[in-house]
This record gives sequence, structure tokens and C-alpha cells, in this order.
Amino acid sequence: MEDTVTTSTAWLVLGATSVLCFAIKVLGYFIPEAWLAHPRLQRVNALVPISLLSALVMAEGLVDKTRVVIDHRVGGLLVALALLFAKAPFPVVVVSAAVTSALIYHLH
Amino acid sequence: MRRRLALEAASYRSRSFDKNEIVRKPPRDTRRDALSVAVTVGAYGVAFGAAGIAAGFSVLQTCLFSLLTFTGASQFAAVGVIAAGGGALSAVAAATMLGTRNALYGLQMAPLVRATGIKRIMAAHLTIDESTGVALAQTPRGTIAMRYGFWLTGAGVYLFWNLFTLLGALGAKALGTPAAWGLDAAVPAAFLGLLWPRLTTTRLRVVAGTSMVFALLVTPWLPAGVPIIASVLVAVVFGWKTP
Repeated sequence: MEDTVTTSTAWLVLGATSVLCFAIKVLGYFIPEAWLAHPRLQRVNALVPISLLSALVMAEGLVDKTRVVIDHRVGGLLVALALLFAKAPFPVVVVSAAVTSALIYHLH
Repeated sequence: MRRRLALEAASYRSRSFDKNEIVRKPPRDTRRDALSVAVTVGAYGVAFGAAGIAAGFSVLQTCLFSLLTFTGASQFAAVGVIAAGGGALSAVAAATMLGTRNALYGLQMAPLVRATGIKRIMAAHLTIDESTGVALAQTPRGTIAMRYGFWLTGAGVYLFWNLFTLLGALGAKALGTPAAWGLDAAVPAAFLGLLWPRLTTTRLRVVAGTSMVFALLVTPWLPAGVPIIASVLVAVVFGWKTP
């Protein structure tokens, strides 16, 4: 398997992500409520996961480095989309996407 | 059991939080809610374990993510940005921004959990979408059920999430080349699966669609991984004014 990340980068990302995400959680238990009560902050914050997850779907499904590409992954993504419309459970969605993509990868 | 709960209920009614709340049901329904969420959500850990390996992280590092970061979307984002060829800074920034909502959950859970010292730190670590969601869903059942729901869901998800992360990581390691097994498509499918239940209104669907188009449009112009972070601009634009 071709590694996409060096060992030191992997540890850096792991360490920094863990420390920061934990600090944020602890913050919620110790800061005064008023600090985070600003309506604009709450409105933006409610939308941040939507934007980031949407961008991640694209970056992982349709992008290779800095190019937009259509490859075997798109087939998997379309199957996932169809299954989500059909209200399929999460594991079914993920596994079906993987199987579809793998089939296209091997047949291509 | 019921006697102990009655005593707890009595001691709770004397406190300031929700003092008018009456415990209507023993927390058996709460336990069912918490455990079903813990098992279902914990099973997503397989997808994270596989995603970590596909991005080039080791089995140990992938498992440490689930033990130490323990907030699913952030974990997926960190390894996802790396898998997309992005740098460490983009990966950490995306994960951190996705984690900010946990602080808002903490604000809501702090007066409910009422823990101090190490227990407060543990409560903070277990403060995620699911524990907060189950706790808030118990509101009609009273404060004790809410608190019980928080702890049981948090601890249950922690257990299963870590267990399934290990299984997913070991499984993916055994499989080898990610593309040959479709793991590279499983990751965006998992993101889509995480996004889907959040798209409850037309406005949120518009935000999601705009973010997707925006991310693709800026992709050729920015370093790998940065379009993910840049998509937060869409959230800022849409959230700036009252809808």
C-alpha cells in the first residue's frame, strides 16, 4: 500500500487533533454561557458541519490531489446516494459504495 | 433499584436544575435508547478504522484517534484531508472546526451532569452528538433520565466506537490496496452518510449543495485539502444573517 502520509506527520495530526478536540470539549464545561451565546456565532456554527462534510464528500469522491476527476469512486458514491434516498442503514450504504467502486476498479 | 431512584429523585428536586421536573418513568426506555444508539453508532467505527488505514495511518494511530479524539466527524475529517493529499495544518484545522460544536453541547450538558473534578473531565470527553442527543431526547422523562441517558450513551458509544475502530483498522490492513476493495469510495460514502441525516430543511440542503459546488470550483486553485477548510466560508455567508 502506498502511504499518503509520513510517520511524523501522522503523529502530528493525531496529537494536535486529539489535544484540540479534547480542549474544545472541556471548554464547554468551564466557560460562561454568554461567551458562546452570540446568535451569529451559533447560526454559523450550526452550518459548519454541513459545509465541511459536503466539501469532504467532494474532496474524497471527485478529487485527486488538486484535480477534479471522475473515476471508479463516483460509481460507489452514486450507489451510496441512491441508497440514502431509499433510507438504507449506514453500514449498507458504505459497504455497497465500496463494493461498487471495487467492481468498477477491477473491470476497468 | 426503584427505591434508590426515588431517593435520587428526591435529592434532585431539592436542587435548582429542573426542580419542577417530575420523574415519570424509570429509565428503562432511556437505557434502550442509549444502548441502541451506542451499538449502531459504534458500528460506524469500522468505517473510521478502514478510513484511517486507507489514509496511511497505522493501526495504533487509527485506534488512538478513536480513544483520544473521540468525535467521529472530526476523526473522519483529519484522516480524510490527509487521504485527499492535504497537509497536517488543513487536517487539524478541519477536525478542530468540526469539533467546535462539542463546546456548545458541553454548555448544555454541564448543568445537567453537575460533575466536578475528574468526573467533569470524563463527561467532557464523552460529550458528542449522540450523548447530547439522547440526553436531550429524554427531556420529557425528567432530569435523572437525561443524566442517565448522557452517561450511558457516552460510555456505550466510547466502548463500541473503539472496538469497531480496531476491527475496521485490522480488517483494512489485512485487505491491502484501498482502491482494490473500494475503501477509497467507502470514505466519501461515509461522509455522505454522516451528512444525510443533518439535511432536515431545504435551507440546509442548499448550504450542502453550495458547499459541494464551491469545494469543486476552488479545487484547481488551492493546495490539496484547503478547499475543505475554505468551504467554511459558505457556512459563514449563510449563517451571517437571520434566515
